[in-house]
Amino acid sequence: MKYIDEYRDERIARALVADLARRVTRPWLLMEICGGQTHTLMRYGIDELIPPQITLVHGPGCPVCVTPLEAIDKAIQIASRPEVIFVSYGDMLRVPGSRSDLVQARAAGGDVRVVYSPLEALKIARAHPERQVVFFGIGFETTAPANAMAVLHAQRQGLRNFSMLVSHVLVPPAIRLLLSSPQNRVQGFIAPGHVCTVMGYREYEALSREFHVPIVVGGFEPVDLLEAISLLVAQLEEGRAETENQYARSVTREGNLQAQAIMERVFEVCDRKWRGIGLIPRSGLRLRPEFAAHDAEKVFQLEELTAEEPAECLSAQVLQGLKKPTDCPAFGRRCTPAMPLGAPMVSAEGACAAYYLYRRQAVAP
Amino acid sequence: MCLAVPGKVLEVEERDGSRVARVEFGGITRLVQLDLVPEARVGDYVITHVGFAISRLDAEEADRTLRILKAMGLLESEERGAP
Amino acid sequence: MEDEPKSDFSCPVPLPARDKVLLGHGSGGKLSAELLREIFLPAFQNPILARLDDQAIVSVDGLRLAFTTDSFVVSPLFFPGGDIGSLAVHGTVNDLAMGGAQPLFLSAAFIIEEGLPMETLRRVVASLREAAASVGVEVVTGDTKVVEKGSGDQLFINTSGLGRVPEGVNFSADQARPGDRVLLSGSIGDHGIAILAEREGLEFESPVVSDSAPLHTLVAAMLEVTRDSIRCLRDPTRGGLSSALNEIAGRSQVGIVIDEQAIPVREEVKGACELLGLDPLYVANEGKLIAIVAPEVAEAVLAAMRAHPLGREAQIIGTVHASNPGVLAMRTVLGTTRLVDMLAGDQLPRIC
Repeated sequence: MKYIDEYRDERIARALVADLARRVTRPWLLMEICGGQTHTLMRYGIDELIPPQITLVHGPGCPVCVTPLEAIDKAIQIASRPEVIFVSYGDMLRVPGSRSDLVQARAAGGDVRVVYSPLEALKIARAHPERQVVFFGIGFETTAPANAMAVLHAQRQGLRNFSMLVSHVLVPPAIRLLLSSPQNRVQGFIAPGHVCTVMGYREYEALSREFHVPIVVGGFEPVDLLEAISLLVAQLEEGRAETENQYARSVTREGNLQAQAIMERVFEVCDRKWRGIGLIPRSGLRLRPEFAAHDAEKVFQLEELTAEEPAECLSAQVLQGLKKPTDCPAFGRRCTPAMPLGAPMVSAEGACAAYYLYRRQAVAP
Repeated sequence: MCLAVPGKVLEVEERDGSRVARVEFGGITRLVQLDLVPEARVGDYVITHVGFAISRLDAEEADRTLRILKAMGLLESEERGAP
Repeated sequence: MEDEPKSDFSCPVPLPARDKVLLGHGSGGKLSAELLREIFLPAFQNPILARLDDQAIVSVDGLRLAFTTDSFVVSPLFFPGGDIGSLAVHGTVNDLAMGGAQPLFLSAAFIIEEGLPMETLRRVVASLREAAASVGVEVVTGDTKVVEKGSGDQLFINTSGLGRVPEGVNFSADQARPGDRVLLSGSIGDHGIAILAEREGLEFESPVVSDSAPLHTLVAAMLEVTRDSIRCLRDPTRGGLSSALNEIAGRSQVGIVIDEQAIPVREEVKGACELLGLDPLYVANEGKLIAIVAPEVAEAVLAAMRAHPLGREAQIIGTVHASNPGVLAMRTVLGTTRLVDMLAGDQLPRIC
């Protein structure tokens, strides 16, 4: 596929690795924020290709992994109602809540359906006017405009039986939290290319300045990531701390203004609990009050849920880049994708699952 | 996070009050909403996430960086004595 | 941070209860294997079943017969490249063929949901008949049940098959040996993507048609080359190439390394997989086979496969090793090596 295959070219990748080896003189600890990038690193074994001085740790950029227990418990509660068709992206189905997951809710009789696009949830709502159709609106800034558009379409079409359970999260407040932590060891960040496609990277420039940390907006293919790593190492070796844009074929400094305006119209910023991390101020999005008719939290009388996050779970440290998944004694034994103990083992781009899937054991022939 | 894939716009039409494109991804096609990228035209590549285009791919930028990277790749293989 | 006491790291989230059967238990991945291991195998324990091949090989008065059964629950009933009727023949014929058997007889049982249009049933039955005729097997016994509306999804079909195993043919998943080559008869993922394109909620237009086809003549062509140097045949259906090769690696206690670049995947299948976040290694096939063969016959078997219409795109995709027993690994396009694990359950389309 054009604009994908070229970025998986072995020769270019090897050249970038060689360039990196020439550049690096000291150990550096880098973090890729986004789970999609973690997935690529593991799938292609990039962490084994790069010089040993460079350590990659994996960030909290998996919306599935950071969706709080309460949101999943609420989803299960709604999905279990007989009048409801609960519609979700496939990613959320196996994420464990405090007692169950959506797959088990379906096995217990809930009507849970998987879609690729939120607009397909609207289609289901039109086809079943007698049922309540609830869409699980999760994701980062990349997904928020699409989910916002679905709400606007529903409003315009007068779809009274469509609502959204919103648990959106925002990336920059999480990076700020990581950088503010006294435990932080990360010296450079690869910023998420598709979040920045929507939001631009001005917020990241502010972070670079405030914390004197290099940030490179990176794409998702092997060549993208190697180039991003190379740009970060160049900055670190030269003592610079700027925000650079490796993913310029998709990302501009200002981002997608149309998408930002639509997000702004439908959602407002709120405090949000992140699974494994805790409450991060102004790190989430919720529906504005004028969309209450499409807000599942308002449409349904939900039991007040206060599921306590397991405070000592290692996923918290994995999501903050303090530990690697393989540091966990449960990894690959008590905790596998078939029997996940924590969310990062569920989503394909959860750091634990990426480690488990692609390099559980040494595979050298 | 955020799986988004570049595809080529084949056709653009108006549907239920919003612009929709038929977009090709390596031989399969899908309808993609252009609400967020109204400037996309036939022949453009759009990066698509959950059925919505989120950006128009900057082909010049992509070609420029690829040329540089490819040159680097060639140079590297020459140095290593590979073909 | 490095010296933090490990005892602090416990994941107190409770293990998910497994008191109900999940869809993933039917995915052909690890959950399916778990069901087999914990419920079915202990109940029916016997040496023939214990081989866990796609078919049982039984001896009756000196005659070696292959016996197999399979149920078909595909939705939609009609899909590009086939339908549940033809699939019910091809699936069972292929299970026989993977034992090297010449298919002889089929049974067909229909579980019909009340309200199914008679015309639909007629079309499916006609398709099943045609498929059986073109294979040269006869449907010699059958059964019909009708269940209440809501108790089934339109139509389920079960077929069983009986075939004759030629002299000297003895394939089993536990016979792969270090040095053996892994052959694949053509592109992967076509069936799964053709079905997915028709599913509610995904909706994409695709020229991909199911590869559903009977493989017994391809197998016969391979047997012309050698009978005793083919260790094992598998058709990578549910769970895809990865599940089939993982099973062989596990049963034979060998390591298998495949080469990403050698595995044929159609551009359209790649496109659909990129879009939906799927990996073609786990997508179902209904007309492909994997052969594990001795290295000295690999090229000859490959040539025989390529001379057959269903094996034109056949490739040698990997090698069997003594190291890493039970592990399937893949050399990536970047030249690195990574594990290819079996999935726990179904592959779901993802946005992340």
